[in-house]
Amino acid sequence: MKFLKPSNQVIVGLLFLSSSLYSAVQIIQPSENAYEDIQEALILAEPGDVIRLTSGIFNLQDSLSLDVEGVQIEGEGMDQTILSFADQQSGAQGLSVTSDNVTLQDFSIQNAKGDAIKVKGVTNIKFLRVKTEWTNGPNPENGAYGLYPVESTNVLIDGCVAIGASDAGIYVGQSKNIIVRNSRAEFNVAGIEIENSYYADVFDNVATNNTGGILVFDLPGLPQQGGHHVRVFNNRSVGNNTDNFAPEGNIVGEVPRGTGIIIQANSNVEIFNNEIGDNDTVNIAVVTYGNETDDEAYYPHPKSIQIHGNKFGPTGYNPDTSKGELAEILFELSEGNMPDIFWDGLIPISQIIFGQPENEKMIISNNGDATLLAIKPIGFMMPFLEPAILDINEFDGEISPLAKVEFDENF
Amino acid sequence: MKIFKKSCLLIISLVFFTSQAHTSNTFDLADFSKAPRFLSEFGFFQDMQNQIPAKGVHPYSLVSPLFSDQTDKLRFVYVPEGQKLGYVKDKVFIFPVGSTLIKTFAYLNMSGPLEQQLLETRLLINTNTGWKAISYVWNEEQTDAKRAIAGATIPTSFLNSQGELLAVRYRAPNQNQCKECHQVNKVMTPIGPKARNMNKDLNYQSGEMNQLLYWAALGWIDQKLDSTPISSYTDLNASLDDRARAYLDINCGHCHIPGGSADTTGLYLNLIEENQEKLGIFKKPVAAGRASGNLKYSIVPGHSDDSIMLFRMKSLDPGIMMPESGRALADDAGIKLIKDWIDKL
Repeated sequence: MKFLKPSNQVIVGLLFLSSSLYSAVQIIQPSENAYEDIQEALILAEPGDVIRLTSGIFNLQDSLSLDVEGVQIEGEGMDQTILSFADQQSGAQGLSVTSDNVTLQDFSIQNAKGDAIKVKGVTNIKFLRVKTEWTNGPNPENGAYGLYPVESTNVLIDGCVAIGASDAGIYVGQSKNIIVRNSRAEFNVAGIEIENSYYADVFDNVATNNTGGILVFDLPGLPQQGGHHVRVFNNRSVGNNTDNFAPEGNIVGEVPRGTGIIIQANSNVEIFNNEIGDNDTVNIAVVTYGNETDDEAYYPHPKSIQIHGNKFGPTGYNPDTSKGELAEILFELSEGNMPDIFWDGLIPISQIIFGQPENEKMIISNNGDATLLAIKPIGFMMPFLEPAILDINEFDGEISPLAKVEFDENF
Repeated sequence: MKIFKKSCLLIISLVFFTSQAHTSNTFDLADFSKAPRFLSEFGFFQDMQNQIPAKGVHPYSLVSPLFSDQTDKLRFVYVPEGQKLGYVKDKVFIFPVGSTLIKTFAYLNMSGPLEQQLLETRLLINTNTGWKAISYVWNEEQTDAKRAIAGATIPTSFLNSQGELLAVRYRAPNQNQCKECHQVNKVMTPIGPKARNMNKDLNYQSGEMNQLLYWAALGWIDQKLDSTPISSYTDLNASLDDRARAYLDINCGHCHIPGGSADTTGLYLNLIEENQEKLGIFKKPVAAGRASGNLKYSIVPGHSDDSIMLFRMKSLDPGIMMPESGRALADDAGIKLIKDWIDKL
C-alpha cells in the first residue's frame, strides 16, 4: 500500500473494503495544481484504490489518463464535482482509461477539446452517474464523443447524462457485452450510438433534442465489425429535432434532423416497448450502409431485425431533406405521408431473386397503428411496378426474443 | 556493471568506472514507484550537463526520427555487459533485461547566441516484466533532472535551424502518455531502434562507423542482419513515396498499427501496410468528430487540401492535431513532404 507525498491539496485516508483488504482513498480538492495532483494520483494508484475528487471546479489544461486496473475515480455528484477542460492545451481527451475493472462515478467532464471520456481496450468498465457536457449547446466545435468506451468487454453505463457532443453523446464502439440504462442524452448529433458491437442492451434511457435519438450502426474497415445482438427497449426517443451539427466526413453527419432510431447494417436487432415520437423526419429507419468500401469482409445490409410493441407519436411532419438521401427518398415515395417506420429494402441481389432466408426477414408486429414504408428494390427501379410496400401487416410474424445481456456488475 | 537477482526481485546495479566513486545505484525494477528521483542517480553520464555518457553507455542516432517540437535528441543505449541483442526482421531489436534507452530532449540552439537548454531525459528500461518508461525533467540550473510522474509543462523559446526565435509550450509526457505511443497489444516496446532505422554511420569518439557494425564490434550483435535501411525522409535523393512512408511510419505508425492505440480507426500507417484504404486513401473517418475539418477522406489523391491527414498535421488544436501528444508545434517540413506526396498520388 503506497501513498503520495502528502501536500496541502492531497489528503490520504483509509477505507475498509472487505475482509483483509485495505484500500487507499485519496481525496483531492480543486487547486492550482489540480492536474498534477490528479494525474500523479492516477499513475501511482494501486489496484483497489479510490481517487475521490471533492465538490468544486477542477480547471485542467492537459488530459488525464488512468492505466492502473481496479481503480475507482469518484466525485461528489455530477453537478458538484466538475472537471473543466475549457482551457485545455494538450491531449485529445478529457479523461482516458486503458485499464481493466475501473469504475467512474459521480462527476462531470465539461468542454473537453476532443472526446470527454475515452476508454479503450478494457474488460469491465462502469460509468455511474457521470455527466459529459459541452456547455455552449450544439456546436460543430464541440468534441466528438461524450462517453466513449471502445474495444472493450463488459461495459456498464448507468444513470449518466451526455450533452452537446458533435458526434454521439453515449457511444459504445467495437465492444461486447454492453448495458446502457437509466441515462439521458440531449443536444448531441447522435444521442446513444452502439457501433460495430456485439450483445448490447439499451433500456430505460431518454434520448431527446438530439439530431437522431438512438443509432445502431456498423461500419466497414474496422478491427471489429458485423455488429449483432442489440436490444433497444423501454426507451423514450422523442423530440430529436436539433439540426445536424456534425462536421462533414463523419458518418453521423448524414443523419437527418428528427430521427428516433436508426438501424444501419447489423444483424439480430430487437427494438421493443419504446416510446418514439415528435421526431421531424421518421421514428425508425432501417438502412443499408450506403458508402463505397473495398472491404470484402463487410456485410452492409441489416438482417434479422425485429420491431414490436413500440408506441409511436407524431413524425414526418417536417422532414429534413438537407442531410443524406433518406428523408428525400422517403418524402417522395410517401408523397408526403411520412411513415413511422422506414426500410430501404436493400438486400443482396441473390435474395431479391430467390427471396430472403426466413430467419433474416424483418418482423414488425404489435406497434399499434404505426405506419410503414419499405422500398421494393425492383419496383423502385421499374417505372410500372409498385416502388414500395405500405402494408405493415406484410411484416407481421412471431417474435424470437433475443437473450438478455448479463455480466457480473460487481467486479 | 552487473545485474544480479536478489530474493526473486530483479535489482539493477549500475557501477561506472569513472573518476567518481559513487555511481552505484540500486533500485527494484519491479517497483517503479521506487525509481530514483534524480537522473544522476543512475550514473548514465560522466558529465550530466554536457551529456557525456559514462563507460558502457553508447550514443546512437536514427535514420528517420520522430518530430518532437524541433527538439534536438541525444540518444544513448546501455546494454548490460556481456549480453547480446536479438534480431527479428522489421522489428525493434530484442534487448536483454536491464538494457536502457536514454533520450535527452534539448534545444541546443546551435544556430545563434542562445544557450542550450536540456528539457527532459526519457528512459525506457527493460525490466523482467517488460519495458517501463520514465521521464526526468531538467532543473533550471541544468545540473540534474528530476522524476516527473505527471509529466511537466516547460514554457520556453528556442532558435530554429534558420535562427528564428520561436516560443513553445513544451510538454514532457506523463508515464501514461509514454504508453500511448510505446504500447502495442498492451505490451510496451521501444520504437526507434529497428535495424532498418539504425543502418547509418555515426561519429563516435573512436571515429565514424556504421552503427550496426559498431554494435557488432561491441559484441551486441553476432549475426548477419537482413535489413534494408529505411529512407531518411529528409534525403532528397530518395523517392517521394519512400520518404513519405518513412515519415508516416516513424511519426504515426506506432499508434496507427494493428494493436496500436489508434487501431480503433482502422487507419494503418506503418511501413508494411499495403492496403490503400487502410492507408487512408478515400478512407472515411470513423471517430474524428470536428477533427475531420469538414473533409470526407483521410487522403484524396492529388488533393492534399481535401485530405484530413494534412489538416490534422497542420493543426495546433489539441482536439484536432495529430499526433495527439508529443507536439505543440507544427512540423513544417513534414507537412510539406506529405502535401507533396498526396498531391502526386
